[in-house]
Amino acid sequence: MEFLRPASWDEALAAMAEHPGALPVSGGTDVMVELNFDLRRPPAVLDLNRVAELAEWSSDGASVRLGAAVPYARIIDELAGPLPGLATAARTVGSPQIRNRGSVGGNLGAASPAGDAHPPLLAAGRGVRVEAHSVRGVRLIPIDEFYLGVKRNCLAPDELIRAVRIPVADGPQQFSKVGTRNAMVIAVCAFALALHPADGTVGTGIGSAAPTPRRAPEAEEYLRESLDWTSGGPLDPQVPLRFGELVAAAADPIDDVRGTAAYRRHALAVLARRTLAWCWDDYREQLGRTA
Amino acid sequence: MTTRSIQGEKNLRKIDQASEDGIGRSPLRPDGALKVKGEFAYSSDLWHEDMLWGTALRSPHPRANIRSIDISAALAVPGVHAVLTHEDIPGSPYYGLEFADQPALAVGKVRHQGEPVALVAADHPETARRAAKRIAVEYEVLTPITTEEQCLDPGRYGYVHEPHEYRARAHGNLCHEQRLVAGLGVTDEVRALADVIVAGEYEVGMQDQAFLGPESGLAVPAEDGGVDLYIATQWLHVDRQQMAPVLALPEEKIRLTLAGVGGAFGGREDLSMQIHACLLALHTRRPVKIVYSRDESFFGHVHRHPARMRYEHGATRDGKLVFADCRIVLDGGAYASTSAAVAGNAASLGHGPYVVPNVRMQAISLYSNNPPCGAMRGFGAVQAAFGYESQMDRLAAALGMDPVELRQVNALAQGDVMPTGQQVDSPAPVAELLQRVKDRPLPPPLDPSDRRALPGALSNTSHGEGIVRGVGYSVGIKNVGFSEGFDDYSTARVRLEVIGGAPVAMVHTAAAEVGQGGVTVHAQIARTELGVERVAIHPANTEIGSAGSTSASRQTYMTGGAVKLAAEAVREALLERGRRRHGWTHGDLALAGGRVVSASAGVLAPLAELLGDEPIERTRVHRHRPTVALHPETGQGFGHVQYSFCANRAVVDVDVELGLVKVVELTAVQDVGRALNPLAVVGQIQGACTQALGLAVMEEIVVTDGKVRNASFTDYLIPTVLDTPPIPVELLELPDPHAPYGLRGVGEAPTVSATPSIVAAIRQATGKALNRIPVRPEHLTL
Repeated sequence: MEFLRPASWDEALAAMAEHPGALPVSGGTDVMVELNFDLRRPPAVLDLNRVAELAEWSSDGASVRLGAAVPYARIIDELAGPLPGLATAARTVGSPQIRNRGSVGGNLGAASPAGDAHPPLLAAGRGVRVEAHSVRGVRLIPIDEFYLGVKRNCLAPDELIRAVRIPVADGPQQFSKVGTRNAMVIAVCAFALALHPADGTVGTGIGSAAPTPRRAPEAEEYLRESLDWTSGGPLDPQVPLRFGELVAAAADPIDDVRGTAAYRRHALAVLARRTLAWCWDDYREQLGRTA
Repeated sequence: MTTRSIQGEKNLRKIDQASEDGIGRSPLRPDGALKVKGEFAYSSDLWHEDMLWGTALRSPHPRANIRSIDISAALAVPGVHAVLTHEDIPGSPYYGLEFADQPALAVGKVRHQGEPVALVAADHPETARRAAKRIAVEYEVLTPITTEEQCLDPGRYGYVHEPHEYRARAHGNLCHEQRLVAGLGVTDEVRALADVIVAGEYEVGMQDQAFLGPESGLAVPAEDGGVDLYIATQWLHVDRQQMAPVLALPEEKIRLTLAGVGGAFGGREDLSMQIHACLLALHTRRPVKIVYSRDESFFGHVHRHPARMRYEHGATRDGKLVFADCRIVLDGGAYASTSAAVAGNAASLGHGPYVVPNVRMQAISLYSNNPPCGAMRGFGAVQAAFGYESQMDRLAAALGMDPVELRQVNALAQGDVMPTGQQVDSPAPVAELLQRVKDRPLPPPLDPSDRRALPGALSNTSHGEGIVRGVGYSVGIKNVGFSEGFDDYSTARVRLEVIGGAPVAMVHTAAAEVGQGGVTVHAQIARTELGVERVAIHPANTEIGSAGSTSASRQTYMTGGAVKLAAEAVREALLERGRRRHGWTHGDLALAGGRVVSASAGVLAPLAELLGDEPIERTRVHRHRPTVALHPETGQGFGHVQYSFCANRAVVDVDVELGLVKVVELTAVQDVGRALNPLAVVGQIQGACTQALGLAVMEEIVVTDGKVRNASFTDYLIPTVLDTPPIPVELLELPDPHAPYGLRGVGEAPTVSATPSIVAAIRQATGKALNRIPVRPEHLTL
């Protein structure tokens, strides 16, 4: 197994061109487990830790360009304002040690349906782009098109994730994750919700309840039609119930050692109802403040 | 505390006080800071020049015949020094704690997933693992025998051990059966005496000890043809006893030294890599180290027996128990391990700490193609307690009684007779423990503003919605020490000598320090008995006689007792020397503050002077009072040495919509007889409660058709700090007159009692029946 340590981003891309299929490693929270448990023996490992710009983020006020290796701990500390959904999800990742090392780039690279970052990225919606670089150029991949299957994404063998571009939240965002322990747990299922008052739309993201992270388009459409954005009146009690049903119906879960399909659907409906109530309360509060 | 009576001169007061670090005090453990700082040397840290690394190839199938094994490709890997199969075993292929039914390496067939088939030694662990993968084993895969129905019908489903291979004491796929009948048993006439009858079926999943230090050790071949093994284990001598026939060596040529143990909880009572490392070392004439991965560890040790139980209880209208009818089925997996003793415990303790006039009990342990099960903290009493305590709550509900009151009405007390016919001849304050735990103040109501306090915690599943609080109570009983006629003893050598002008005691035992704090307590005993401050603990090894296992809550009782006997003998020899040398005739001599003192005459001599350059050394063996085997049909007999009792109250918050649980508080009140080190005792109780919490709400090895589905800490979940509540502990110290210092073994009783209290609290919050543990979210919501 070759071990590649590029000193710069260009070197990294060149190395990938020379060794397509090399496994990039940054925080190593997924990769090192697989290597240590002998679950994976890639032909080459590409260590990105010397490429400093991967651990930086920037914002033009409309969106955040989040470097692939910015650790979750910094997302919690520095980006809870512009990216509240992702920051909430970041709080649920692993242990403090994992949050100091793990990053959204790693989640995207592994493309596990249980990755905690996926649902808020999907919910943040239109405009979320994965920046995939190679010596051939840059692709901006819409997040909806990024996930192909269980632990499969659409990156080409020579591509690296440079950053994720995420619109700055224009409304309340929430993330909830069910696990069978109160910390350091892989999601049994997870749900993210983002309200987008700017255009009266809603974003959703479902984790750990289908072969890939996915949205619940019918549930989004239902909410878009049902929410009274201008008055911000209290929710009709029927709305969260129906929303929950639609979210559950959008999932395609399996029975596994972490939980049953039936429970995952049930829990998603509960999470959908609750996150909607929290987001709507926040939205009404914001409306009240601006009025 | 041992404050002796003081008379006479005032200046005696200073020197005649008990040692600051004697018994009853809480000196800190010597390994504590090292472990916290990551500096403690565990067995996995062992290193020897020129050592090789060993690994095992394990069966992927729960049941298969082995048609052939081809090792040639593995042997051809550069860096490989040996590849061994059962054909390379010089002695008997089989070993076992109770019955030698387990092959050190598979012989012609495999009976469980993960059974070792071949060994590799190589100059690098990765090389060894890769070479192992190149061993070609041709299996004829058979349908595994995994359910109770299948096990009990061998004519149809087959035998785990064919009749000609069978080595246990029962027959078929039955490894052990213990029946018990007390009073009139349970007949229609007895049933008719009850006003209320409740019945329930209960199930306990397979819990793992989940110790953090994986199985590991280092075998070094010796010039005499023997082998030295440095090993993390619970019982050095019984390891050796099982190894010798396989290695075809006399026991004295196998020398074991305890290496740093990273937790045990019963999971190190059986052999793991001991024989394998020694076989490879003897074969290659090189030191061989083996360290399991976490994954391999799940296959490399026995687990807690999963259980299916049926209980029926009858009571009078005022809550007095009339009868208990119980059937407990334990799945022992492919090999016997300690299954017989576990079944014996389940039978003799399975009615709980209650007076039950009429009992019919059947406890069986099965052979199956599931993972082998054996010792784990609580040892057969844990499973049963979930059954009988669930029944007590069910009975209380049927009678409209308070569940604590119902338990108190039936509580066992000193002088009562167990269903085994054994009279309880030391304090059994069951009713008082319950009262004390009930009288403790309740924790404040939920404050949803602290997300960490909510079920789901920082996973942000609730901001207070759907949360219901529940409170549950339970009490449990556990035996201390080895039961049923086992010749249980421990050995200690104490040496008192002058080092650097000061008297120093050296304590040598073979007791395995597995984290329980034995080394701390042994030093405390030596200080108290010899009046010295400085005590050195000799490394535990087989140069001295057996200490028995660090299990069954027995080590402070047994090895602590042996240290006490040896120290007393040293003290007597020293005083005798003084009498001889100085003509002392005082009847009130004691050792304190490094001196020989007389209560009436004051200081007689410094210990250092009396010792001079003639150390005193004594070795003593400590036995507890004898027990007898239980009658196989009636279960009658003086089977247990000592009983240990703990009562718990659990307060839980349940998110009833999501089925998530947060244990808010888990209170324990336990009679410990005498707390030799109160801090360590509280630590044991809190640790046991936490392990019980794990069983209640998350810990289970999930096995499907004989295959383990979660052999990792990613999916075998143990409690984190956010799952572990405050655990207030109240100690009762009612001395047991039969035990050294009156102490009572403490390490297991809360693992027995705490789980049912948590489940009871969840039941109160949800109204669900919850007949299976661990309780999972889907049990609470669907």
